[in-house]
This record gives sequence, structure tokens and C-alpha cells, in this order.
Amino acid sequence: MNDSRYDVAIIGAGMSGLAAGIRLAHFGKKVCIFERHNAPGGLNSFYSFAGRKYDVGLHAMTNYVPPGVKGTPLGKLLRQLRIDREEFALCPQKQSRIVFGPNSEISLRFTNDFAVLEAEIAAKFPSQIDNGRSLVQAVRAYDDVSFDAQPVSAREVVGRYLSDPLLTDMIFCPLMYYGNAQERDMEFGQFVIMFKALFLEGFARPFEGVRLILRVLLEKYRAAGGERRMKCGVAKIIEQEGRAARLILDNGDEITADQVISSVGFAETMRLCEPARVTEAEQNTGALSFIETITVLNRQPASLGWGDDTIVFFNDSTRFDYSRPVDQVDLRSGVICLPNNFEYDGDELPEGLFRVTCLANFDRWANRPEDIYQADKKRWFTEATRSARRFLPAVDEAALVAATITTDMFTPRTIRKYTGHLNGAIYGAPHKIRNGRTHLKNLYLCGTDQGFLGIVGAMLSGISMANFHVLQGSAK
Amino acid sequence: MTKDACKKLVIDIISDIAPDEDLSGIKPEIRLRDQLQLDSMDFLDIVMELRKRHCIEVPEADYGHLASLESCAEYLTPKFPDSAKA
Repeated sequence: MNDSRYDVAIIGAGMSGLAAGIRLAHFGKKVCIFERHNAPGGLNSFYSFAGRKYDVGLHAMTNYVPPGVKGTPLGKLLRQLRIDREEFALCPQKQSRIVFGPNSEISLRFTNDFAVLEAEIAAKFPSQIDNGRSLVQAVRAYDDVSFDAQPVSAREVVGRYLSDPLLTDMIFCPLMYYGNAQERDMEFGQFVIMFKALFLEGFARPFEGVRLILRVLLEKYRAAGGERRMKCGVAKIIEQEGRAARLILDNGDEITADQVISSVGFAETMRLCEPARVTEAEQNTGALSFIETITVLNRQPASLGWGDDTIVFFNDSTRFDYSRPVDQVDLRSGVICLPNNFEYDGDELPEGLFRVTCLANFDRWANRPEDIYQADKKRWFTEATRSARRFLPAVDEAALVAATITTDMFTPRTIRKYTGHLNGAIYGAPHKIRNGRTHLKNLYLCGTDQGFLGIVGAMLSGISMANFHVLQGSAK
Repeated sequence: MTKDACKKLVIDIISDIAPDEDLSGIKPEIRLRDQLQLDSMDFLDIVMELRKRHCIEVPEADYGHLASLESCAEYLTPKFPDSAKA
């Protein structure tokens, strides 16, 4: 007989749910994580296909700082989860670029040393650099972990500093692609989190990719005494007298918990509630989804002639348009990731990888008959990789074809299926719930929709919500 | 429990919470915050670890007593069950 009473139940074994679980189990709470899938990781997971393992989500872990730098999210998370820095084995990026214009007219190079980006802006936008530096000061001074800050438009705040729309768009492009759930604009607090995560801190990746991070988290959680039920999602949260009284699992079992932390998203959680909060859910459901192409190569991308870029953010239009596309995919902008181009300490990944991400329209992918869906995938794969290659050094088509071992692609439909996110909206709801509170006294949100972004942000979100709502309360 | 033993327990906790801090030269009278990079999350952890490891409760109103190693020892030593005998 399974014991069915917990101090805390966590819905979802993604980064945030696992981090919350580690904190709670470490401090003696009887905690169980319920995960619908057989693999942990949620938005940052991995899968095997034709004998090959692929990461999903993770291009690069943001928030990288070198050993010895304290007081940043990475250091906080390592301390809070009692993880030794070495365990994540993070390898820093080589260099990344933001490239704009149909013929790559202007490019800003950046690395994990902020001075590089600063010098690029000074050289290419000399009239903007002084105000740019003031903006950076404002970013550094902003309290981005406040639970009750009022939302402010980042376009508006940044517009007070930068007058050149091209530079403004070039700064926004990576920050939006790596975590923004809102169309066209961004909440300033989110802008600050992302600016710090990408530009003031930086990119890194473990040689083994996201699997290593997940393995470390799972092992901590297990060692701390946390329970986990895989292939066992939560189907309903039953409300009684303003509290989440019971959880009904996918297999029909019932469990109870004093407190419930949901990492599955705001709208998704509102729909789990019984009675369901459909209107609230509809008013705050994300609209932004993506496709991603993956090309596996029999050599390092650099040896094909693609150079040392780790990540390239590109846009060919006069204004960068971060919104739900009208067509199935928006080819005008996107992100290229070459995971081979991290400093792996003399080592190299056994195969080359070339990944391209573009904005996509969920509805136009969702209900296609299977044969049309497959044909669409094939067509957009070609289009998206062709579009992205405009922003890399030219590589002969025949050479690329000869070097390609296999390809794969995910679409908004894949995202919906494997993450449960409505509309395939990776970054969740446009309006974040910073304090994690819901209409039910003992039900809290963590993860994407609480609003700390990126993998490190997701883990910190789980930590913060566990601390704030469960541990701090019980410490009193 | 002596005050010195108590200080040692607190240092053990801090070294587990913040293994990246150098604790060898801590001055007992000076505020921990002024010598180490500890934030409110870390202080909450000191409180939580005291409870977990030594069953000692520190109410929120008393957090101020944890400011320095000396004040920690002053405040925490009498809370250990065997202190009367020491």
C-alpha cells in the first residue's frame, strides 16, 4: 500500500520541481514529486531517437560565472542545493553573436566577459554607449528577485536610455528568445533577469549536456529522502474551503498534502483545479511557441567552416518582431546553437550538432493530419536551416549534405505533447506570478510562470518558493 | 556544551552551506555578514540546520542573535540540553 499523505506534493519533475523537492526533503519534509512522463526534466529534458540521445530545451545554461564569483544566481543555487560546483562540470562558451540585417550587416559579438560586448557597442553604436552604460547600471541596481514588484514595460524603460532602435532590438533579441513569454515587449524585471543571465554572466554547458544536471538533481533528491512517482501525473486538484484538499492522480489514486507546489504552469494549474478556473487560465495563456531543427554531423561544425560561434541570434528585418507568427514558422529571425563550441577542456563532442530555433504558430501545427504534419516538418526544416545559414560563414551545400548523419525536429505540437504547456508555449504565461500564490491558500506555483527564467532561474524559483511558502513558515 | 564547541558547530554549518567561503580566519566579534558573503537565504539555512542537526529552535525575532560567532555562542550555548552540566 502506498502511503498517500505528504507534507508537500510537487507537481512536475522539471528543474524547478526537483530543486524545490531537494530543499524540502533536506529539511525533513515528507515530499513527493508527481511526474506524468517517464523522464524528468520537463522543458529541459532529453530523449533517445534511433539510438542517439538528444537534449531538448537546453542550448546553453545561462548565468554562468567563473569559480570565486559570489552573490549571483548560480552561486546561490549551488549553496541552497548543497551542490559542489564541480558536479555540474560547466564548460564556458567560446563566443556568441547577435547578427542583424538581410546580409548580416551588423553584428555584436559577446562572450562571458561583458567588456567584449561593451567594446562592440562602443565601436558600432558610439552615440549610444554612454547611455548604454547607464542602462547597465540601472540593471545592476534593480531588485530582480522582489516578489511584489509592479510590472513595468522594458521597452519603455530601455527607451529612456537607448535612442537607436537597431541597438535596442539587438539587445532585446537574445533576451526574448531565451525566456520571454510576452509578445513584442517584456516586463522590465524579466529583462533584468535575462540581461544579467546572458550578458553580465554568461553561457556554459556540461560536456554531457542537460542529462548531467538532471542526474545531479535526482541524486540529491533521492539522498535527501524525497519520493518521486514517474508516469504518474496529477489529474485534478480538488478544492475544499479555499484549500487544495486532495490530489487525484492520473491512475485514479488520491493523495493528500498539507501544501502543494505546482510547476506545470499557471493556466495549466488553473485547469487542474476542480472546479477549474477556465477564465483565469484563458486570460493568461502563452502564445509563443517554437520549432527547432537538429542536424547531426559527422564532424565538428568548425571543420565544416562554421567557425567558433556558440550561439548566434539573427534577424533580417528592419524591426525585430517577437510575436506569434501568422504563418507556421517565422523565418525572419531565430537562434543558431552549435553545442560543440564550448570550451570542453581539450575534449570534443563525438558528433557535430547544428540547431536552429524559430518562432512558430501553435494553432497552425496542432491539428494537421499526420501526413501533412510530416510534410510540413520536412519543408520547414529545409527553410529554417537555410534561413539560419545566411548568418554563418557560407558552407557548400554538398559538403553539408555529405557531413549530415541524421536530422530531427520538434514543433509546437511536440512541445505540447511532452511538456503539457498549452499552446506549446515554452516560456509559459505572459503575466508571471512572482510570489507564487494562487486562489488556494496552500497551492503555490514555481518554475516558468513564477518568473525566474532559464535553467538556473527555474531551479532558484523552486528553491525560493519552497523557502518562502513552506520552510520559512515552518521556521517561525 | 561550551561556547567554543558551540562556535565550532556554527562554523560546521556555515562550511556546509557556503563551502566556497574561507572560514579559517573568522573573527568571532565581527558580524558574519561583514566577513563572509552570506545573504538572507544563507541565514535562513543556518536556522534550519540548527533545527535539523541539534533540534534548536531560533524564532524569527531572535535572528539578530546570530549576527556574529560570539553572539551565536552567547545565544545558542544555553539552548543545548547538556549546557547546565558543562
